[in-house]
Amino acid sequence: MEIDRSRPSQPSSGTQEESREGGPAGEDVAYWEGLEQTDEFKRLVAARMRFVLPATVFFLVYYFLLPLANGLAPDFMRTDVIGHVNIAYLFALSQFVMAWLLAWFYLRQATNVFDRLAAMVRERASRGRGTTP
Amino acid sequence: MNLTLVLFLIVVGITLVITGWAARRTRTTVQFWAAGRGIKGWQNGLAIAGDYMSAASFLGIAGLIAFNGYDGFMYSVGWLVAYLTVLFLIAEPMRNTGKYTIADVLSYRMSPIPVRSAAAFSTVAVSASYMMAQMIGAGSLIKILIPTLDSALKPWFNWTVLGTKLDPSITIVGVLMMVYVIAGGMVATTWVQIVKAVLLMGGAILLSFLVLLHFGFNLGRFFDTIAGVKDKASGLNFTQPGILYPYGKKQVLGIDLALLDNVSLGMALILGTAGLPHILMRFFTVPDAKAARQSVAWAMGLIGSFYIMTTFLGFGAATLVGKTNICATVTAGCKPNSNLAAPRLAEYLGTQFFGGTGGEFLLAFIAAVAFATILAVVAGLTLAASGAFSHDFYVNVIRTHILHGHVSDREQVLVARITAGLVGLLSIWLAARVGATANAAALVAGVAFVIASAANLPAILFTLFWKRFNTWGAVASLVGGSLVTIWLVAIGPGWTVPVNANPAFPLQNVGIVSIPIGFLLAIVGTYLGELVKADRLAEQKFHEIDVRAQTGLGAEPVPAG
Repeated sequence: MEIDRSRPSQPSSGTQEESREGGPAGEDVAYWEGLEQTDEFKRLVAARMRFVLPATVFFLVYYFLLPLANGLAPDFMRTDVIGHVNIAYLFALSQFVMAWLLAWFYLRQATNVFDRLAAMVRERASRGRGTTP
Repeated sequence: MNLTLVLFLIVVGITLVITGWAARRTRTTVQFWAAGRGIKGWQNGLAIAGDYMSAASFLGIAGLIAFNGYDGFMYSVGWLVAYLTVLFLIAEPMRNTGKYTIADVLSYRMSPIPVRSAAAFSTVAVSASYMMAQMIGAGSLIKILIPTLDSALKPWFNWTVLGTKLDPSITIVGVLMMVYVIAGGMVATTWVQIVKAVLLMGGAILLSFLVLLHFGFNLGRFFDTIAGVKDKASGLNFTQPGILYPYGKKQVLGIDLALLDNVSLGMALILGTAGLPHILMRFFTVPDAKAARQSVAWAMGLIGSFYIMTTFLGFGAATLVGKTNICATVTAGCKPNSNLAAPRLAEYLGTQFFGGTGGEFLLAFIAAVAFATILAVVAGLTLAASGAFSHDFYVNVIRTHILHGHVSDREQVLVARITAGLVGLLSIWLAARVGATANAAALVAGVAFVIASAANLPAILFTLFWKRFNTWGAVASLVGGSLVTIWLVAIGPGWTVPVNANPAFPLQNVGIVSIPIGFLLAIVGTYLGELVKADRLAEQKFHEIDVRAQTGLGAEPVPAG
């Protein structure tokens, strides 16, 4: 990925007398707000949210089901499935598979969708202040 | 010459060669703190794994499983799933908006003096508690695994500093980590972590292979044997949950105490990782957000595989060696020590497959791996803690924002090296002092995860994703979250020796209370700040961090050369 060098304001290293380190306020706020309002950026955020929000809720629920089930239904979790491999152990192992699968989905989504949309926002930004609404 | 000592010296030798090589590549600030942002995704993935999997993961989990069966595995699960939080919400925005520390990201929007000071405070609180656990663990491990080293040093190691007698083993670890960080900064730390990750994975694969070989690669037979190991107190076998967390015994507010403790632990594990300064710092070492994300993927592959193998190590030790034989010296009365499950398993398997010398060699090898593990983690912690002192507090708060001066690159690197030295010396002294109360050692590692999730995580998440969040909210969560956690732990069970039977706070894992409080403080602080109209700029600056975090616009570039 190429680093965008045509950004409007370098992050100042704090030598100016402003109270934030991310560069001076004022017209800059309008610039970033403008970029935030572009279709490209809105699409990027929407695409990310569509994946990250449900995925996060899912993995949190799935993860906490394990200690909850162990604590609330220990006898059920101790049920042997194959030989002495019980539900509790299989459920714990499935957490690894779940984490790897979700990570893989995220990576695929990020490379195919998020990166492309982010590049479009950067492209829009590099066209300069004049073209941002 | 003693075999363990030889392997130990080889590990030290390798890391020192790396440090010498790295020192020549550590001249500028960005090289010192971020390895020139030139670490590749897969390399950073290995380094994250090396930074993350501490002695607590390797020896600790294997021991927990060897002594308590299934319940010990809960740590393994939480520590992997935690990386989903990092991957989805933290890694890429961090790389896109940050420079060297967490505070760099926060002070984009917030008033730098209070927020940097508060973030420096919580970073030091997290790193210090993590560091204490590692150093104390290292001290006792070296004494047991490499006794020749400890006893060789003891005679001429008799320094008492400010009323605390220094510990030779702790001091060796401390001095080595100081050498790595002062001379080689992030470059040396990264490569020490990579070497350690390779050694650790190699050791775990070898031991797991031998355990399975013992059972003729028959998993059914392996699990039958595990089910034959019974816990005396509960009557449960080792494949069953409920030994470490005795469900249905005690209640708090009508809820099962063991269940609460287990869920509380899970919260700290799963949310804390995303707030650990020494882990987050690693994302500034890669060229861009894409590499940051790839490094999490690599780390998840390695960490997950390793934690699945902990069941082979732990169950292997439980079945082949047995709890009653896992101790420091078999001859002079066995006092079971769970940290020795993996080393004793290595000794057993080596002897079984390669004879007496094989057992000795495998034990020595695992001891060396454990030692490398500790070194890699403490180096990362030293770097994170000195970043808080020198980059956040000295360079940015004092020199830049209070004195309005310009700090040259040379001075920044010099100050970084000095603070790394101070952090090292302080850790050596503190670990020797705290080490006297052994009970605190295991607990403080857990505290680090809770502070990270109660103080750092709300501040980072809200800075990136909540428009109204402001300086008041950030300071409230960073300082308040840390203090509430420390206070709850202090009044809870387990802090004092002997364990307090009737503590003011019933849970050992305080996350379930302190993490919501941390988030609540962030929200209440924000609304209070709004009420007094203290910080309007934070809301205006949200647009900028919002766009930057998502797109990488204006992200710190890879420096030329």
